[in-house]
Order: sequence, then structure tokens, then C-alpha cells
Amino acid sequence: MPRTLRNTKIIMLRELTGYFGSPVAYVFIVIFLMLIGFFTFSVSHFYEAGQADLRSHFEWYPWLFLFLVPSVAMRLWADEKRVGTIELIMTLPISLTEVILGKFLAAWIFIGIAQVLTFPLVLSTMYLGNPDFGTIFCAYVGSFLMGGAYLSVGSMTSAITRSQVVSFILAVVACLFMVLSGWPPVTEALIGWAPTWLVNLVASFSFMTHYQSIQRGVLDFRDIFYYLSFIFFMLYTNGIILLTRKS
Amino acid sequence: MIEIKNLTKFFGPKKAVNNVSFELKKGEVLGFLGPNGAGKSTTMRMITGFIPPTSGTAIIGGVDITKSPIEALQKIGYLPENAPVYPEMTARSFLEFCAEVRGFSGVEKNKRIDETIEKCFLKDVIYQSVSTLSKGFKQRVCFAQSILHDPDYLIMDEPTDGLDPNQKHEVRSMIREMGINKAIILSTHILEEVDAVCTRAMIIANGHVVANDKPEQLRARSGLHGAVRLTLQNAELEAVKNSFNVLPGVKEIEVLDDRQKLNLRIYPESLTVPLADKVLKCATDNSYQIESIYTEQGRLDEVFRMITEVGEARSRLDRMVKH
Repeated sequence: MPRTLRNTKIIMLRELTGYFGSPVAYVFIVIFLMLIGFFTFSVSHFYEAGQADLRSHFEWYPWLFLFLVPSVAMRLWADEKRVGTIELIMTLPISLTEVILGKFLAAWIFIGIAQVLTFPLVLSTMYLGNPDFGTIFCAYVGSFLMGGAYLSVGSMTSAITRSQVVSFILAVVACLFMVLSGWPPVTEALIGWAPTWLVNLVASFSFMTHYQSIQRGVLDFRDIFYYLSFIFFMLYTNGIILLTRKS
Repeated sequence: MIEIKNLTKFFGPKKAVNNVSFELKKGEVLGFLGPNGAGKSTTMRMITGFIPPTSGTAIIGGVDITKSPIEALQKIGYLPENAPVYPEMTARSFLEFCAEVRGFSGVEKNKRIDETIEKCFLKDVIYQSVSTLSKGFKQRVCFAQSILHDPDYLIMDEPTDGLDPNQKHEVRSMIREMGINKAIILSTHILEEVDAVCTRAMIIANGHVVANDKPEQLRARSGLHGAVRLTLQNAELEAVKNSFNVLPGVKEIEVLDDRQKLNLRIYPESLTVPLADKVLKCATDNSYQIESIYTEQGRLDEVFRMITEVGEARSRLDRMVKH
């Protein structure tokens, strides 16, 4: 196995066992499942809608992730700085890229695990009707990618500070901006006076715009590319921040 | 060999480390001494690549830390200040993680870990999570991490900080033993530690290297070095003073105590002529009752104070010249 891959895997596994070795993981998963259940059933009226799809479930992800993902990401670097282990990890013979990637992937997989645990909903729709599995699969992929984008923002803000609270707030604000710029009420407000290209540009930067098309069951390469390049850009910035903070 | 070349570090306008250069061969144990904030940790962090130097570099076993850090770090074991360890991990899983990162796997990995656990007396706590360990054990877990891969170069920031006297003794004898075939840099502000383990001591004050010598030679810089300490019973101060004052080679007599016993310190005129035998002869001639007599080696703490104060003055001068 190439060195980079091996080292990234070692870091990732350490982080993952770190999550499940502390109460953070369980608290997060329980709260996530409770909230998503509450929104799906009580607010969006999953049963009353009488449709065998999970739209009422997936439409909540952008809002729920807005608070929950930064709470996972906030400890990524801030905690290493607070405990001082950053000095240890940075003086082990591994590259910064490997550490950043390993940490990010661990957190991403963790969010993925939480999402997989919503499977009873899929079973329910299967029991109640004939859902379109393609759409459901796309929606899972889309929300997972969006979770990764949120996470990359959180990882970056976590590198800025040693305080988890500051990291959390910065991440929420930044993510809120990324969501709102494509949210219909905001784009509609823009349409009134701004030229169409500007409206499109602002909207095309938003998590929301790309999420909505995937959620509808259209797994477009451009949407996937958008999320992956966004994640790459954020993690790259993360690296630069860590390097400049060192000196 | 570790070669440190003109390491300099600015934090904003503040010069934390100023043009530090030295070489360290295998078989040497170098002790960094200095007041708090003198730049010891910063220097070590630059040597291990944690902080990039403003200028200068460190070459570890022929590899430049600023140019190929990963290759250089493979040769180093590093114990950072305050011994950071992931609190949610168990001691064993932490060491496994470090061993894997160092490229060990399978049987070799387990063998190394078991050996290190044995060496660092960690057997009783390996399955305990680090957050529940006492400061001393935490320190030893982090210490274990630094020697796990049997590196040629060891850099340790206050390795005995927070340990009890027994543990300090153990760690010191380990360092001394490893110092036979490794090059070791350690920082401390416990002066006896320098005596106990170091073959060379370097005193840093305000980012300057103000002394770099063998511990015994450093001690010789003390004003007390070569002075004869003498304790006499039932002797009369003035008479004693008079009889020693006429001895050739005596520069000065200091009276430390004259209540019940007479406690004197006799300074020699030059260090080349031993004074003790003359003092002894004179005392027996006068039939004074000698309780104890010895020649002082000088005290490191005195030299340390003297030298670091010079360093302070030098940096004050630096600042004045700049303005």
C-alpha cells in the first residue's frame, strides 16, 4: 500500500476509535436521529402526506446539518491545540495532507454512519408503498456529500482557533451563508433587481441549489464535482491556516 | 549527528531564539538550561520541525528538517513539553497508533510495544484510558512513544517534569543508558539533572547561548570552585584566622559560622595550587580538632544565576543599540 494511503488510514482509524471512545459519538447519533425523526414525522407530516417517498425526510438535512455537523467538526483541530497533541502529531513522520485527510474522512464516515442509521425510514416506506429507490439512493448520496461540505468548513474554522465554541459559531455562520445564498426566498429577493447572471452565480455557489437537484433524483456529475471541489478547497485552506498558525 | 546552524526565530518583533548553532554527536547528552521563556522549547520545536525557523536550520543525521521533514522526523524521537497524549485512548492503543505511524506492523509492532512498555514500567496501566492516568504515568506514556522506534536522536522537553523522585531516578538512568549510542537533547531547569545525565550543558538566556560546556567545567566557573571548606571544633576564631592567613596561596577567609563550631571557607589565590593539604597541615600543627574538610567543586546554580544575568544584560544592550 502506498505510504500516503496507509498513513491516512492510520490517522482515520485513530480518529474514528476516538469518536466512539468518548460519549460525543453516541450523543450526536441519538440527537441526530431524534431530531430528524421529529422533523420528518411531526413537522413535515410523513404519514399524512400519503406519499411513498422520503422527501419530507431529506428536506431537513440542510438545516439539521447546519448545527450538527459543525458540532462534530469543531473538535477536529481546536481540541488537538487545546490538549497539545498537535505538537505530537505534527512531529510524527507523516505529512500534513495525510493528517488533514485522515481526520476529515473519519468525521465524514462518522456522519455517514449516523445517516445509515435512518434506514428504518426506508423500510417504512417500503412497507407502506412502492418508493423509487433510485431517488432515495440519490438523496442519500447528495445529503452525504453536503455533510462533507459542511464538515470541510467546520474543519477549516476549527484550525483557526483553540476554542471549540468559537470554531462552532464560525462554522455555523459560514455554512448558513452557503445554504442561504441558494434558498428560494433569498434568490427571489435578488431576482427583483439583480441581473440574472448574478442571481445564477450566487445561487450556483450554494449547497442548497446542488442539493435540491440531487434530492430530486438527478445525480449530475456537476453537482458531485461541485461538492468535491468545495471540500478540496476548504481542506486546502485548512492546511494553509495550520501552516501559518504554526509560525 | 545533529547540526544546528544559526537557528533564529522571531515572534512578531520579539526575537525568541537568536542565532543558535551547535553540533551534537552520538554518545553525547546535551542539557538545555535556562530561565523560563529563554527559548529552550522554541529551539527544540524548531529542531523537530514543529515551528519553522525564521532563519537557519537543523540537520539531523544529514537530513535537513526544513527541506525534508518527514525523512528527518523518522530519525527523531520527540517528547514535547507537558507530554501530550490523546486522553480518550488507552496507553496501549496510543502506543499502537504511534508504532503504526512509524511503519511497524504485525509481530514486529507488538514486540516493540511490549519492550517499550517493559522499559517504561507501564505494565499496570496499559489498558487504562490516558485521561485517568496520573501526571507521572502520562509523562511515561509519552516518553514511551518517543523511544518506541529506537531512534538515533532523542529530543526531550523536560522529561522528568511531574515525576516523583523514584521515577525521576529511573528516567535519568534510562537517559544515561541510551546516551551511550544516541545523541540526546533534553531541557530542564533542575540543575542536579544536568549533573546526573548530561555530558554537556548549554545555558540559554533570552534566546542567546551564553554557555556551552561540560557540567564540571561550568561548575568551575563558580567563584567557590577550589575553595576549601573547613569545620573546626573548639577553636578560637581570631587565632585560626591568623594562622591560616599567613599560609602561602590563601587569598581570603570567609567565616560562615562561629557560634559553636567554626565553619570557614578559604579561597585560594590560584586554582593550580591545591590548598587543602596546606590547610590540613596547618590545622594539625596547631592541633585544631577538624570535624570536616573538603574542596568545593563550585555550584551550578550559582554559575547559572551569574551567567543568565549576563545574558539578560546582553539582550538589554542589544535593545539599547537598536533604538
